[in-house]
Amino acid sequence: MNGTTPAPETMKSATELVVERPGEFARENYLSIHRGVRAWLLTKDHKRIGLLYLGTILIFFLIASVAAALMRIELLTPQPKLVTSETYNKLFTIHGVLMVWFFLIPSIPTVLGNFVLPMMIGARDVAFPKLNLMSWYIFVAGGALALWSLIRGGVDTGWTFYTPYSTTYANTHVISMAAGVFVAGFSTIVTGINFIVTTHKMRAPGLTWFRLPLFVWSLYATSLIMVLATPVLAITLALISVERFWGVGIFDPKLGGDPVLFQHLFWFYSHPAVYIMILPGMGVISELITCFSRKRIYGYAWVGSASMAIAILGFMVWGHHMFVSSQSVYAGMIFSILSFLVAVPSGIKVFNWTATLHKGSIHFATPMLYALGFIGLFTIGGLTGLFLAALAVDVHVHDTYFVIAHFHYIMVGGMVMAFMGGLHYWWPKISGRLYPEFAGKLAAMITFIGFNLTFFPQFILGYLGQPRRYHIYPPEFQIFHVLSTAGASVLGIGYLMPLIYFIWSWRRGRAAGPNPWRATGLEWQTSSPPPEHNFEQTPIVTGPPYSYSAEKDVDLNLASI
Amino acid sequence: MSISISPASEEAFVGQQFDDIEQQRDAAKLGMWIFLATEVLFFGGLFLGYTIYRFTYGHIFVEASRKLDVLIGGTNTAVLLISSLLIAFAVRAAKLDQRRALVGLLAGTAVLGCVFMSLKGVEYHKDYVDHLVPRMGFKWEGADPGNAELFYWIYFAMTGLHAIHVTVGIGIMLVLTLLAWLGKFSHGNHNTVEIAGLYWHFVDIVWVFLFPLLYLVGHR
Amino acid sequence: MDQFRLFPPQASTSSHEVDALFFALTLISLFFMAIIFLPIIFFSVKYRRGSSADRSNPSSGSFWVESGWTIGPIFLSLGLFAWSALAYFRLERRPANAIEVQVVGKQWMWKLQHAEGKREINELHVPVNSTVAMTMTSQDVIHSFFVPAFRVKQDVVPGRYTGIWFKPTRTGEYHIFCAQYCGTQHSQMVGRVVVMEPQAYENWLKSGEPTESIVLAGERLFHDRGCSGCHSPNSQFHAPLLQGLYRKPVPLADGTMATANDEYLRDSILQPAKQITAGYANIMPSFTGHLSEEEIMQLIAYLKYIGNQPPPSQ
Repeated sequence: MNGTTPAPETMKSATELVVERPGEFARENYLSIHRGVRAWLLTKDHKRIGLLYLGTILIFFLIASVAAALMRIELLTPQPKLVTSETYNKLFTIHGVLMVWFFLIPSIPTVLGNFVLPMMIGARDVAFPKLNLMSWYIFVAGGALALWSLIRGGVDTGWTFYTPYSTTYANTHVISMAAGVFVAGFSTIVTGINFIVTTHKMRAPGLTWFRLPLFVWSLYATSLIMVLATPVLAITLALISVERFWGVGIFDPKLGGDPVLFQHLFWFYSHPAVYIMILPGMGVISELITCFSRKRIYGYAWVGSASMAIAILGFMVWGHHMFVSSQSVYAGMIFSILSFLVAVPSGIKVFNWTATLHKGSIHFATPMLYALGFIGLFTIGGLTGLFLAALAVDVHVHDTYFVIAHFHYIMVGGMVMAFMGGLHYWWPKISGRLYPEFAGKLAAMITFIGFNLTFFPQFILGYLGQPRRYHIYPPEFQIFHVLSTAGASVLGIGYLMPLIYFIWSWRRGRAAGPNPWRATGLEWQTSSPPPEHNFEQTPIVTGPPYSYSAEKDVDLNLASI
Repeated sequence: MSISISPASEEAFVGQQFDDIEQQRDAAKLGMWIFLATEVLFFGGLFLGYTIYRFTYGHIFVEASRKLDVLIGGTNTAVLLISSLLIAFAVRAAKLDQRRALVGLLAGTAVLGCVFMSLKGVEYHKDYVDHLVPRMGFKWEGADPGNAELFYWIYFAMTGLHAIHVTVGIGIMLVLTLLAWLGKFSHGNHNTVEIAGLYWHFVDIVWVFLFPLLYLVGHR
Repeated sequence: MDQFRLFPPQASTSSHEVDALFFALTLISLFFMAIIFLPIIFFSVKYRRGSSADRSNPSSGSFWVESGWTIGPIFLSLGLFAWSALAYFRLERRPANAIEVQVVGKQWMWKLQHAEGKREINELHVPVNSTVAMTMTSQDVIHSFFVPAFRVKQDVVPGRYTGIWFKPTRTGEYHIFCAQYCGTQHSQMVGRVVVMEPQAYENWLKSGEPTESIVLAGERLFHDRGCSGCHSPNSQFHAPLLQGLYRKPVPLADGTMATANDEYLRDSILQPAKQITAGYANIMPSFTGHLSEEEIMQLIAYLKYIGNQPPPSQ
């Protein structure tokens, strides 16, 4: 029960493990008991709640992807062809709002975190299961409000809601959209509280803080950000809504108010928010790299501490979004140096993941392909962050496509790849079945290629000076947009494939057995799918995580088709 | 986990995810403290706005603040402080299994909360009559009506947000009063009361900061 | 302006410095990509499952290695920060003796006015190799004035003044973009900077209708709008005299000191009670709603002029 790799004698030859001798599908599991719609809608089981979230965020992802597709098609030509400027502005707004608050921020924490966290620490559930369910309902309510705003005509302020445009000049449904995000924010806060208390109070006997898997550390750091930053967003959205409704407010220059104050309040939340949108992904990568190179993580304490350092430093850099906002030069300098420093812990993680591969036994299974892709794309995204931290360069590239490329490399090339990697990794545990490995590998590679083709040209576009949020652009920029749109089509295929084969594998996939990846970690010491209360007996932990041995696992094959 | 009307043993109240009542109590307390931290940050945005504009328009803020009714504000402060005392005693009563005292103290807290809200209502009405509500007949004799309106906007936003929290608190106290009367908090099952008490104390502390910043700025 | 390029033209003194930083950052990025990607590829091949590489005694940490790749990047960061901060400081420091242009951004156009009075919409004519300094504000929402070829950008905020400066080094036409989303026609709030030879610029300035210079316009407003009614030696009202005031320290009624810069003067016109001069009563009326942004800037230009010389009409 302490997660060691089984001794070589108990393993048969490589192919038998996965292909010829599939594992057992646990007949009685968290899915089979309590059937029916009511059982799902009133569930307190963290695993079912994770699946409820998965279905919900998928809907928002699809809507936001359609918006992106329409934008990219429109941008094939410099002049308008498909939509009016007002519609285009609404498209990028809904794309940002849904992707940030209704897809990325929930993604790994509410789906994989909810499912896996209690199991990883040997618990029967989270600390507050009823609150967990409530968080999903709050999320759905927030999403419904946002969609209601969209149906009534949408919003054209951008996901950043800058004043005074959003409070005084926009003619669109700002308040309902802001309300949707406000409500969804409380879902985030509740999830964060749940995860923090669960991690503090419900670890299995012997599971000390420094024996926790790094995924737990990353979720913990993420949860700290969630609970401390999100309330500031909430009050900021409330302030602009009231100002818009009431007709006057604290951002109104006519009263002596300062529109730039909004930016400070907004980015004080939204910068830490972007760390909510990467830290869980980094945690997943630690799990994947160790399992698929059959090695202990290099520098466990450094990687875990780096998560905490990112969370803390992440609260101190918000002004780097405001270097040209009329913020003082001296404030700019402080934010610049702190922004450089916040890159260091991320770099430490990347170095440690690379070092973990050394003397490992590397299996190129689908989750590992996503993990390696993450490292490549996140590294590029993170390095371009240095360009943005550099004051003089940022003056030039601020609010251009350079920034768009930067954050998509991190959020899509990073977080979404990590989410896909984690989904593939834990799919056997969640569903009890294997996804088709060849299709998995193919989709991973298509995604990687499509992603680079979509976003790399945007770095060039940005330095050339093409601003963000431009419906119409100068004709000399067209070639880059054409390349980008072509890439987006390929990327779309890369995302569509898993959607199809995951659904297919739910019924038709090969049974996975309790531990198809021969992974350490408590979640793999129970059946697949797991029983309702996760473990027949509370496990006891006696050693550190990732007690793999690459030397011993030489005959293991995790990547067979 | 079911709510039993007749007093039962503690173990019946332990959720299946917990190992024992201690773990459940600890978790609930930690959860409430983290929630209160989020509330601090929620109000924090408004306090930040107030601080920045107070620094920029100090003169006007002082003048505008003078028009607020310190008597009502001061009485409300006393009301909340006493209510905090009552809830603290209520927690003690729950720990000592004194059902009748508990019911009375919880009800008393709720009543004082209602007194607070009533006084607030009277005060808001008075502000409206005095043309101090932004965009609703706001009139300011003197220079810079814009900045004065800014002060009042912040005043209504902060006290309004606080009042919403007081209302929620009153609701919680009324529910707890009922549950206490039904005997749910017997046998020293005081955790829920203690956690609700934390929330009430927080609401009180926010007011303790609001009152001097908004009301006493102009009164030396 | 319309030709295909992979890199923006270097058309100002700032372009070279910013580009040098950019290239350095690119090289550093390529370096880090190399030291990460190459080992990953190498390890992936050497240690692929089933290979016969030596996997004995793997390490799971080393204080010195970790410290090394922590301290190294920290120092690198400090170096990059210092360089970029210095470059930024130079970008922000408005030099003296510049050609002054006033800019008002509004949905969805740029209104510019040269000191001599000539107005432009969405276009800016400037002479090459001369420093140009612009004072900008917005009439409505936040916009941002961006000239990629010069590597300069500055948000334009309602209710305050922001500044931008550049020194063009190449003649030609360069894009002006609005770089802060400002509503429906944000992407059409574009224009061009036309950098001309000095003689051509002089000719252009003199062409067209004769114009009233900004300072003269300011002086006219000062009299027509009633300012001189109080702010003159023979007034019956006790108001500060504004000659010689610009950028000087002003003692305030609450005991603090202010400086009579553009922001102060603008606030004094629009919100006079915000900062009352020591020794004077709070009797100045507010001109909010009575003056356009351009007119306020013209008044300030006039006040700046009489900061160190007698008014032009004398």
